[in-house]
Amino acid sequence: MNTLLDPALRADFPILARTVRGGRPLVYLDTAATSQKPVAVLEAEREFYEQHNAAVHRGAHFLAEQATDAFESARAVIAGFVGGRAHELVFTRNATESLNLVSHAFSSATAKKAHGAPMPDGAERFVLVPGDEIVVTEMEHHANLVPWQELCDKTGAVLRWIGLTDEGRLDLEDLDSVITERTRVVSFVHQSNILGTINDVAPIVARAREVGALVVLDACQSVPHMPVDVRALDVDLVAFSGHKMLGPTGVGCLWGRTEVLEAMPPFNAGGSMIAMVTMERSTFADPPQRFEAGSPNVAQAVGLAAAVQYLERIGMPAIAGHEHVLTEYALAALAEVPGVRIIGPTTAIGRGGAVSFAVDGLHPHDVGQVLDDEGVAVRVGHHCAWPTCRRYGVPATTRASFGIYNQPFEIDALVVGIRRAQQFFGVA
Amino acid sequence: MDSLYQEIILDHYRNPVGRGLREPFEAQVHHVNPTCGDEITLRVHLEGQGESARVADISYDNQGCSISQASASVMYELLLGRTVAEAMATHEAFIALMQSATDHGATEPDEDVLEDAIAFSGVAQYPARIKCALLSWMAWKDAVSQALTTGGTR
Repeated sequence: MNTLLDPALRADFPILARTVRGGRPLVYLDTAATSQKPVAVLEAEREFYEQHNAAVHRGAHFLAEQATDAFESARAVIAGFVGGRAHELVFTRNATESLNLVSHAFSSATAKKAHGAPMPDGAERFVLVPGDEIVVTEMEHHANLVPWQELCDKTGAVLRWIGLTDEGRLDLEDLDSVITERTRVVSFVHQSNILGTINDVAPIVARAREVGALVVLDACQSVPHMPVDVRALDVDLVAFSGHKMLGPTGVGCLWGRTEVLEAMPPFNAGGSMIAMVTMERSTFADPPQRFEAGSPNVAQAVGLAAAVQYLERIGMPAIAGHEHVLTEYALAALAEVPGVRIIGPTTAIGRGGAVSFAVDGLHPHDVGQVLDDEGVAVRVGHHCAWPTCRRYGVPATTRASFGIYNQPFEIDALVVGIRRAQQFFGVA
Repeated sequence: MDSLYQEIILDHYRNPVGRGLREPFEAQVHHVNPTCGDEITLRVHLEGQGESARVADISYDNQGCSISQASASVMYELLLGRTVAEAMATHEAFIALMQSATDHGATEPDEDVLEDAIAFSGVAQYPARIKCALLSWMAWKDAVSQALTTGGTR
């Protein structure tokens, strides 16, 4: 039974109490872009800097030990949150970097192979030859599309994609002809940031396994909003982002199966990622350190672990239920407004709380501007999913997206704002 | 919000002037606003040579928000029939108008040459919308400089 969370938790998010645009209460419906932060996260970062700050993984002093312990404990907490183990979790700057780290493993292995340079055991699976295929979907965020396009340009691999149905779902009819014996990697989004669609992972994984392709999941919009277990999903690598799940900016994650991470060549090179260095050459640390060159984002990792603990206290099933109720409420409320068309699934089944829509006769910028004037913060534009917009024949959309702190009264404010925009521009 | 959506802007948005792609032209450009996906295809037709050439036509096809659509229409009215030198001066004044809210008074837009375009002063208060207003103006400048360098004027 899905129920709303207690609105009292809004008090944990100080920013929700502020006003905008001449004293209007803030209605924050842009959590898919970035979430707001609870006091617990802010305090965890502050406490780290006030009590434990030091360089991690080096130095023998007391604070260095505490800082290292805080950083590595954060890794264990975050890995456990998605069903993984600490040594399987790589800290990055953001999910975009996580995905680039994976595509880079392919281009790096391919280049090293061409020159006979030493590679980790198992790195052959990251070596591409012209004509190899990379599969994505037509609902990818640019972060899970452009790196693969770049990889194709560097290696001669060919990009293919799973198309979409008019209802906003993956068209899996011809899955067997899109994922073929030539497919080396399938990288796809768990929950679309623009359509809200939650993709069924199992049939894609099953087909990818048949042809021996690596499976990468962009879980930026699922990990913050529903229970995600990387082992149950049976994928190889999972990217997600800290700032979308109540955590700080500047920290993202890449979870990977141990044997997959071990087979990947390094990403950034420099300090902290080496095993041994001579003037001629270097050998590299085991994962995850192999992928964490330079001073890491320690305070941000600590803040993200506090965010995870905050989410776990509420419980991911309860959070998913709350957002399901909000999504149902929003879809019903928007259906009542003439001229509003949902871009994405129109029922709350198999979809999350990112609701994109078009308003007949109005450009999303103008809708967003009127909403902003009412204190309602939404995202307008192509949401870094330009091809998805093209697929549905719109230059851009207006998107309302929900988080644990949203309540139905805020969706009411959204609807009032849309009607006002229609009146203002004379399209009602 | 009324300062942003002034009546002149809404009028041009609802009834754009000069829209559509026409012959003849010496240069055609396609500009996009990568943050929102707004697009414009714009052609210029010049008569004469160099700075003293006359802007004989600006034709365009665009998709975008009210601000970007109205901006193209106002620009068409303002620059049509001017010499390239005059039109460039107006162009500069419009850029200055857009920057006026964020450069702390370093530039003073020349209201005399801006005419109806002064209605866009409110846009300068909303940093996210400045690019919308500038899209057509940037396309025009690009097209004119291409037309002048290719020497395709007649």
